Amino acid sequence: MSLSRLLERLLGLIPVLLGVSVIVFLMISLTPGDPVEIMLGDSRATPEQIAALRHDMGLDRSAMERFLVFLWNAVHGDFGLSFFHRRPVIDVLAERLPATIELTLVSLVLALVIAIPLGVVAAVRKNSWIDRIATVGSLLGVSLPGFWFGILLILFFGVHLGWLPISGRIGYSSEVHSVTGFLLVDTLIAGRPASFLDAAAHILMPALTLALPMAAILMRVTRSSMLEVLRADYVLFAEAKGLTRARVIGRHALKNALIPTVTVAALETGSLLGGNMIVETVFGWPGIGRLVVEAIFNRNFPLVQASVLLYAVTYVLLNFVADLLYVLLNPRVRL
Amino acid sequence: MTDDTATRPAPRSHDALSPFELGLARFLENRLAVASAVVVVLFVAAAIFAPWVAPHDPDEADLFRRLQPPAWLGGEWAHPLGCDGLGRDIVSRLVYGSRVSILVGVLVVAIATAVGILAGLAAGYLGGLVDRLVSGLVDVLLGFPYLIFAIGLMAMMGPGFQNIILALVYKEWVVPCRIVRGETLVARELEYVEAARSLGASGRHIMLREILPNIVSPVVVVATVRIAQVIILEASLSFLGLGVQPPTASWGSMVADGREFLIDAWWVSTFPGLAILVLVLAINIVSQGLRDAFDPRIQA
Repeated sequence: MSLSRLLERLLGLIPVLLGVSVIVFLMISLTPGDPVEIMLGDSRATPEQIAALRHDMGLDRSAMERFLVFLWNAVHGDFGLSFFHRRPVIDVLAERLPATIELTLVSLVLALVIAIPLGVVAAVRKNSWIDRIATVGSLLGVSLPGFWFGILLILFFGVHLGWLPISGRIGYSSEVHSVTGFLLVDTLIAGRPASFLDAAAHILMPALTLALPMAAILMRVTRSSMLEVLRADYVLFAEAKGLTRARVIGRHALKNALIPTVTVAALETGSLLGGNMIVETVFGWPGIGRLVVEAIFNRNFPLVQASVLLYAVTYVLLNFVADLLYVLLNPRVRL
Repeated sequence: MTDDTATRPAPRSHDALSPFELGLARFLENRLAVASAVVVVLFVAAAIFAPWVAPHDPDEADLFRRLQPPAWLGGEWAHPLGCDGLGRDIVSRLVYGSRVSILVGVLVVAIATAVGILAGLAAGYLGGLVDRLVSGLVDVLLGFPYLIFAIGLMAMMGPGFQNIILALVYKEWVVPCRIVRGETLVARELEYVEAARSLGASGRHIMLREILPNIVSPVVVVATVRIAQVIILEASLSFLGLGVQPPTASWGSMVADGREFLIDAWWVSTFPGLAILVLVLAINIVSQGLRDAFDPRIQA
């Protein structure tokens, strides 16, 4: 892909991001309830004090002015104060972000590890019992309500068997000094394998809950693209040359069959973002998803606004990356 | 067809059927899909006839029956699946909860499909500024993960049945709109549309009477699978406490209610989740059956 094409695509993101911020701004501005009253709570402020606060928060300006200020501040990472935490929203978000990113990445890896071998085997042994189980499993995967599946995991592995911790990121006694914010990395940096295992045990169930629907979709994609590739001339040729089946599949077919899987995985990583509110709530995972849900109930609007915007921007960028990956991996496609 | 078939009484072969009958015949051959369709019909019937089907008042609390286990675990057969934390009958709440799930699923998809069809037809057929506006809005809405968008709107509008419908429709219409726009762009250049245009048909006539009937089948197939997704979304919102408000029973909030009692009373959360899974799975299988039966392009 030429550089100018890439630039053109990047520029195309601007109107989308602008539209997204208009909607996020409208969402919060149209919310009933006066932010000043919410912020002051039950305190007995005089009308003059209320008016002063209103002026400080820019609420006495026109909607257009407020939007421009919001946009200007957002670009500079300033989303105002979190009413509840009494700290800048951006700090609160930054604190919670590593937990969400870690959970998302582990889920992504889990989904790929489940989906690719299953999809390949289902395609190679088409119509076998493995294929049928995989097909039924993928239908189940997309039909499972995540919040309920998480609860079932807690019931079985947490409560009944007592194997896995049911909430949080790490046990109290395993905590280590934060370097990257990713506990799986920090525990290794600290040289404490027991803490690493504890963190891994904590992340397993939430990551599995998040990964399963994605694995179901990726499995189907891998299966169908593998089926297509196995019929292709170059694969038939490789077989005719006398290469072993395993070598044909491993060296020739898989490389091409995984192109759609990688693209869809990038797209679906965006949908992991949506699912993590549910999963973080179920497993008491201290990330952004749970933060948003709490913020809604606290009517902590600056935080809701910033998080929704953060989610949307990440989502748009992930979709862009998925597009890019598709083009980069697939030389036949040109933008 | 060979000569000797002409001498025998013609069997009712697939050739003699209309596309709809052919699709229906194919669908009926798919036993799993038919069984799933029966499951869906049973759920819908339970929702419609809830007052007659439910053994008890779903909101009637009885603290003597608090967390009573299912009948086979020492409970009583009057409350086969046991009772929740307020002693309310779980079966009755499941039956009434199906009303919320099914109604939200059907209404959201129906409204979204109508809006999406109109917007997609207009964008695809008229092109120009209309297309740019519609496509721009679609692109922006696609920029939000679905649940985040719905949660943001619910936070703004407050919980409640009508608001759930609105919050989900605001994004859901994008799905049919994109399909219809794409199909319309292709159909616009085809001969039958050309013919209608040269006969002087109005744009409205061409869009609604000529193009729409020809592109409607993929939209319907996608709509069925979307109902399943919307049911899960509604349940997720209710689980988070942003859905219909208590005491109205909804499956998502029933699962949430049971979280407090996971250790002592697993049944409170388990059965409503199972209900969601069975209904959504059945709808997904029916939808796949419909796609295989009615959309020869995908089948090929």
